[in-house]
Amino acid sequence: MRRGGRRLLGPLTLRLAEAGLSVVMGPNGAGKTTLLRLLHGLERPQAGALHWPGGAHDALGRQAFVFQAPILLRRSVLANIAYPLRLAGASRAAARAAAAERAAEAGLGDHLDRPAQALSGGEKQKLALARALIRAPEVLLLDEPCASLDNAATRDIEAMLRRIRAAGTRIVMSTHDLGQARRLADDVIFLHAGRLIEAAPGAAFFAAPRTPEAAAHLRGDLLP
Amino acid sequence: MSPILDGLAQAARLLVSLDPDLLEIAGLSLRVSLTATALAAAIGLPLGGLLAISRFRARRATIAVLNALMGLPPVVVGLVVYVLLSRSGPLGVLGLLFTPTAMVIAQTIIVIPIVASIAHQALRDLWAEYHDLLLSLRASRGQRIATLLWDARRALLTASLAGFGRAIGEVGAIMIVGGNIDQATRALTTAIALETGKGNFALALALGFVLIALAIAVNLAVHTLSRTERDSRW
Repeated sequence: MRRGGRRLLGPLTLRLAEAGLSVVMGPNGAGKTTLLRLLHGLERPQAGALHWPGGAHDALGRQAFVFQAPILLRRSVLANIAYPLRLAGASRAAARAAAAERAAEAGLGDHLDRPAQALSGGEKQKLALARALIRAPEVLLLDEPCASLDNAATRDIEAMLRRIRAAGTRIVMSTHDLGQARRLADDVIFLHAGRLIEAAPGAAFFAAPRTPEAAAHLRGDLLP
Repeated sequence: MSPILDGLAQAARLLVSLDPDLLEIAGLSLRVSLTATALAAAIGLPLGGLLAISRFRARRATIAVLNALMGLPPVVVGLVVYVLLSRSGPLGVLGLLFTPTAMVIAQTIIVIPIVASIAHQALRDLWAEYHDLLLSLRASRGQRIATLLWDARRALLTASLAGFGRAIGEVGAIMIVGGNIDQATRALTTAIALETGKGNFALALALGFVLIALAIAVNLAVHTLSRTERDSRW
């Protein structure tokens, strides 16, 4: 994918397994966000194609995305979580009931009527996650969800992600946090300068990375 | 200074005694301008929304023209509407000339660009914020516009009040298409023009103060009903 003459990502060939949690890793500017946005249909590649079982249109409708900086509507917490159901045609009452349940699961049960903009950073991201889950997506994409959160909020989000993974949702997330990657990854997709350097199961990747760039990144070196 | 004080005193007298002529004139002003604003909002707000989310080649030119139409001279609008509604004009069969309906039509045309332009700018800013989310949630075009309109309602209310202000203070268009006929199409602004022409400055000023008070009252009522400035975060 190119923008303004610069190649952001590719050429790249990637095959995602059907289950588990993949972590997309790499230094800043590696193309992690671009990859996730391509997978979600927010960007279109200049060349190449994405293949989903069942066809793209169907698949994209069963995905959900959590942005790095949560995008919240200027409404209450409850209204935000209920919004995707309202888009799908649910009645106001039904949508709000379902939203209340999700909010409680995310620990936001006491904040239902507060304006979403008034929440703390961690609470906003939990709200975004609850909203993303309300239509029971098959695939959940997250772009550095814990980037600006404190440890407590990060723990909460990771716990929610483990629950979702156990329930069978396919998760693809990017992160900067090596510790988080170790904690969560079933498999790792390592990018650098828009290219796929290594894709391997999590344990293998962290124990013995096969490429020098990956090894350097895990050591904490800055890559060129 | 003295005519102004006389004017204030006369305004107070007219209001306190609920002068029937005043009530009629003020009532007509309100009816015409509120109706025109409501119609202009019904057309202009969704139009602003559509413009905010659409991408087409002539977009910049369209917005520039819309903004420019805010400065459309009301008297010219009145003239064009007059020509259209006159007996020899295309819409003459409707017999609307010199009626309050014609006044509403003219004012609606004047107000639509104001409401649509301000709405468009507010909605464009909000769209920049919501864009990725609404795309991600696969909202249809109609759903996007509806969401933007609802979430930006305070800014849209201001846009509508700006339109109302233009309408209630307007004199050129309604003078031409209404004719300032006593007991039929005489509004506050046209009455002021008439009384000033006759030299009744105190009465003209009185009507002017009533007009200003009316505009303030309408705005206060709207703000109170929509409960603005209630929370700490407005």
